[in-house]
Amino acid sequence: MASAPVSTQETGSAPPLVSLRGLTKRFGSFTANESIDLDLHPGEVHALLGENGAGKSTLVKTIYGLIQPTSGHMLWNGQETVVRSPEEARALGVGMVFQHFSLFDNLTVAENIALALPRSERLETIPARIAEVAQRYGIVLEPQRRVWTLSAGERQRIEIARCLLQNPKLLILDEPTSVLTPQEAETLFQTLDRLKAEGRAILYISHKLDEVKRLCDRATILRMGKVVATCDPRQESARSLAALMVGAQVKDVQAASNRVFGEPRIVVDQLSMRSPELHGVALKNISLSVSAGEILGIAGIAGNGQAELFAALSGEVVANTPGVIGFNGKAAGLENITQRRQRQAAFVPEERNGHAAAPDFALSENVVLSRHADGSMTRFGLLDFGRARSLAGEIIGAFDVRKAGPDPAARTLSGGNLQKFVVGREILRNPSALVIDQPTWGVDAAAAAAIRQAIVDLAAKGAAVIVISQDLDELFEISDRIAVIHQGELSEARPASVITREEIGLLMAGAALAH
Amino acid sequence: MRIDLVARNGRSRLVEIAAPLVALIAAMAIGGLLVALLGKSPVQAFFVYFVDPLMESWSLQELAVKATPLVIIAVGLCFCFRANLWNIGAEGQFILGGAMGGWIALLTHGGAGGWWILPAMLLTGALAGLAYALIPALLRVWLGVSEILTSLMLVYIAQFFLDYMVRGPWRDPKGFNFPVTVNFADAATLPQLFDGGRMHAGVLIAIVVALVAALVFSRSLFGYEVRLVGAAPRAARFAGFDDRRLTLSVFAISGALAGLAGIVEVSGQIGQLQPSISPGYGFTAIIVAFLGRLSPIGIVVAGLVLALTYIGGESAQVAMKLPFYLTGAFQGILLMCVLAADVFTRYRLSVQFGRAA
Amino acid sequence: MNPDIIELVLITIVTAATPLVIAGVGELVVERSGVLNLGVEGMMIVGAAIGFAAAFLTGSALIGALAAIASGMLMSALFGLLAIGLAANQVASGLALTILGLGTAGLAGAGFVGQKRDSVPHLYIPGLSDLPFVGKLIFGQDPFVYLGVALVAGVAWFLRRTRAGLTLRAVGENHASAHALGMRVRRIRFLAVLFGGACAGLAGGYLSLVYTPFWSPGMTAGRGWIALALVVFASWRPWRVYAGALLFGGATVLQLHAQAASIGLPGQLLSALPYLATILALVVLSARDRRGSIAPGSLGAPFVPDR
Repeated sequence: MASAPVSTQETGSAPPLVSLRGLTKRFGSFTANESIDLDLHPGEVHALLGENGAGKSTLVKTIYGLIQPTSGHMLWNGQETVVRSPEEARALGVGMVFQHFSLFDNLTVAENIALALPRSERLETIPARIAEVAQRYGIVLEPQRRVWTLSAGERQRIEIARCLLQNPKLLILDEPTSVLTPQEAETLFQTLDRLKAEGRAILYISHKLDEVKRLCDRATILRMGKVVATCDPRQESARSLAALMVGAQVKDVQAASNRVFGEPRIVVDQLSMRSPELHGVALKNISLSVSAGEILGIAGIAGNGQAELFAALSGEVVANTPGVIGFNGKAAGLENITQRRQRQAAFVPEERNGHAAAPDFALSENVVLSRHADGSMTRFGLLDFGRARSLAGEIIGAFDVRKAGPDPAARTLSGGNLQKFVVGREILRNPSALVIDQPTWGVDAAAAAAIRQAIVDLAAKGAAVIVISQDLDELFEISDRIAVIHQGELSEARPASVITREEIGLLMAGAALAH
Repeated sequence: MRIDLVARNGRSRLVEIAAPLVALIAAMAIGGLLVALLGKSPVQAFFVYFVDPLMESWSLQELAVKATPLVIIAVGLCFCFRANLWNIGAEGQFILGGAMGGWIALLTHGGAGGWWILPAMLLTGALAGLAYALIPALLRVWLGVSEILTSLMLVYIAQFFLDYMVRGPWRDPKGFNFPVTVNFADAATLPQLFDGGRMHAGVLIAIVVALVAALVFSRSLFGYEVRLVGAAPRAARFAGFDDRRLTLSVFAISGALAGLAGIVEVSGQIGQLQPSISPGYGFTAIIVAFLGRLSPIGIVVAGLVLALTYIGGESAQVAMKLPFYLTGAFQGILLMCVLAADVFTRYRLSVQFGRAA
Repeated sequence: MNPDIIELVLITIVTAATPLVIAGVGELVVERSGVLNLGVEGMMIVGAAIGFAAAFLTGSALIGALAAIASGMLMSALFGLLAIGLAANQVASGLALTILGLGTAGLAGAGFVGQKRDSVPHLYIPGLSDLPFVGKLIFGQDPFVYLGVALVAGVAWFLRRTRAGLTLRAVGENHASAHALGMRVRRIRFLAVLFGGACAGLAGGYLSLVYTPFWSPGMTAGRGWIALALVVFASWRPWRVYAGALLFGGATVLQLHAQAASIGLPGQLLSALPYLATILALVVLSARDRRGSIAPGSLGAPFVPDR
């Protein structure tokens, strides 16, 4: 039951810990937050829901003192308060766990924690303080370890411990489960339940509606910078919450009927490879096979070798022996990405800005990026920008890419539109094999649905597709088989209709690989 | 008060052309202040530096001659800088190109001559510069050694090399012990464009180099590659461009052009080898490249502006007794202004009053 | 060889190493904060010119040294405004600083070419300084030598042991995370750049006040660039900067002695030795630990705080 935004106090008679009143933040002509009202009570887990770009980050950064509002104000325990910096926010009792961790890889756990504590805290006392938190909340950390040696789950524990050491009254968590296995997430929820019982307020940002229903007492839903509803998520269905977030019904992906798989198109045979990155993950003995018409999903927590697997498949990093990677029946291990593209393979990396596309280049120039491989972008040795422009137009039309101006720079597009553009650039080539890494990461729901539909349609036309994703819902929605990558090892792929979330969770944690 | 940089949404052609002009004007204003501090008239200095050399035919020709090495080097440098690689040793490649190209002139000196001598000199000079530039490039590609430091160190080594050769093996035996080589024969000298004028054929070479480079940048796949590697290196790898090959290519191009500039200067302007053949052209060309916004056509204009400061500086030394180093200081100020102005083509400045965050 | 001669050689090596140490350890702090300031050569030569001019006019070496520090800081502030305030390209900004410095120093020092003044007095502790072999080496140097050692020790302690040092390293490691935690990335970097400028200026002042002691244009002769190479060579660790500087000081002194002894090699080849040695050192270093590089994570990357 969604109601209009209300400022009356519903939860008990105690005054809210935090009240935002008419909070507005403008960046130039763009309004990120418009007149936001929000109350957070002690002992409450409050969900902040919204699509990418709805203004959630701006709002929590304002509470954390990283940005100053253009107008409006914040009350802390009923007192009007101006938070000028994160330091002041922390002194007030606000703790924040960032989605992209705010950790320093080459520093130790203790140093990382020290950096967020008040200056008065002595460096020597940190290990003892860490032990204290470990005892109280069961968060175990080794103070002298360097952060780059730790898993994503362990890193998140550092962030949480760092907040708890300051005894916060309000804890903000930004998409905390996106890097966790389902089992790790459950452990986190138990910690959060405990913090709630201690009377702390928790502001929980997520777009996973099941979690919100499991955990949260109230939810505030943002759309395009405005509060569109405040409700009790346990009284709502996941569907109705989604409709509030998006503002319209999102189409379900239509599965193709009568699926028939053909010849193996992408074959990996005992691929092992060191990471070119300093702290990267080595690939260990990976084997897989994807047939024409089939979609293989690869699940896993971020940083377990997905980027390295993508680089090895695309040919951005070339293997040592020809036979370890094959496209369309030809050994391609020694070929570079251009030669693999000439074998009708196509690739979409995780990062749109700076990897799939050059942010400062126009869309037509970005067409040349992957399309020059077949020689179609040059005439008499010179680039054919006319052709690039018309191809860009085709992609924009077919994938409904919204943009300003005739041929704008890639960086001016929203995340969803740029992702549609780079996916469209590859799919319109009609590749017989597609490898796509995090296809809908940070993309709005409508664009995500369109991209998933395009992937399913491409497979239905007979292409073999590998989708690497951290989003289990997405993988279950479109994959035929699912495998899990953990520390560079890939589990055996199993039919999506058979494998369960729990099994995947165990594989993501590396547990079941022992058998 | 809090000052923020806010990214501009699109690139404005007007701002891109205006930025270097504003920078030049700002640098002139600061330079004028310096002149005033030295107790001279900034207005007079402005005329001596920037107006008088444009008034006479001989100084206009001199301008073109001085701009020639700057433009040729800077065009090469913009291949490197666009790709975010930092060849700052063009001075060394210039010297080595001049030295080795000049060596051909010495070897053929007193012989029968022939049409092939000049092309052979130009080719040798370019190849010498190319080979010398490949040292930092190869060290970077093979071993990951910073090209910035190695390319610069090689400048000193080239200077000592030329100094040794000119004082030793290459010295003119009939030169009264002056540390210079013989004067090159006509067959080893770039022809003058007009009789009795100062302009030599190197000026044409500079123009051709700039035009070809402009075409390569805007229309060839290689030019696209260079721009992409600089703007988004991961995207370039995704596009299938090999960054090692590209590093070697752009260093080869910039080294070859710097070497070519060296031999053009030696053959067209100096006419012999001396212990020093460059008043820092290789470094000034860095300023030229940035003032020209790393585009070959812009570099032609920028080369003329910097050539003007050399010529104006010389006459200011004579006419106003302004110190020689004023020109150097002015060039440094100019580069700083150019870099600052460049920021404003990408960002707007937003100033908020009130307490800092 | 006579031990006195060995001591003399060692003393000259330490003296030759001192400007590299001072400039190098300053740049190390700058780079640890994530900023690459290539303008060391420019700041050094301005420090040399201004330092000499001030000392010559006032007759006080102390005032000369302070003026050298101030001028180096002023130069580095220009760099800071450009590369940190405006987020301009750091490599280009550093080059601009060097070009500006060479011109400005020539301008400022124009009236002092050919002037000479006495070097600063050396330490003398009766008894200790007269000890054989080590007396003058350890107890008889000029004050800058001791200052160089103290700077290295101080910076090493600051980076390892203090909270501010930890913050500085964090900013250099990952400026986005540092910003998210509320550290003032630009302010911290600006302060580090100013410190680097002070050190470079002082190192220049050492050259014109103690080492030569006179002013001549171009007298830094690439020492600023060698100091930059030293920081890389030292893997961004203070004491290794000292060790590296002794090595380069040794190369410089050896070539000077070889030239004096006229051993038959061309003087130009010997003069080129320090520069060749620098390239060689960088090559050897890279061959030693290719993957173990510990360059600060954000080194050279411009920082514009997002919203």
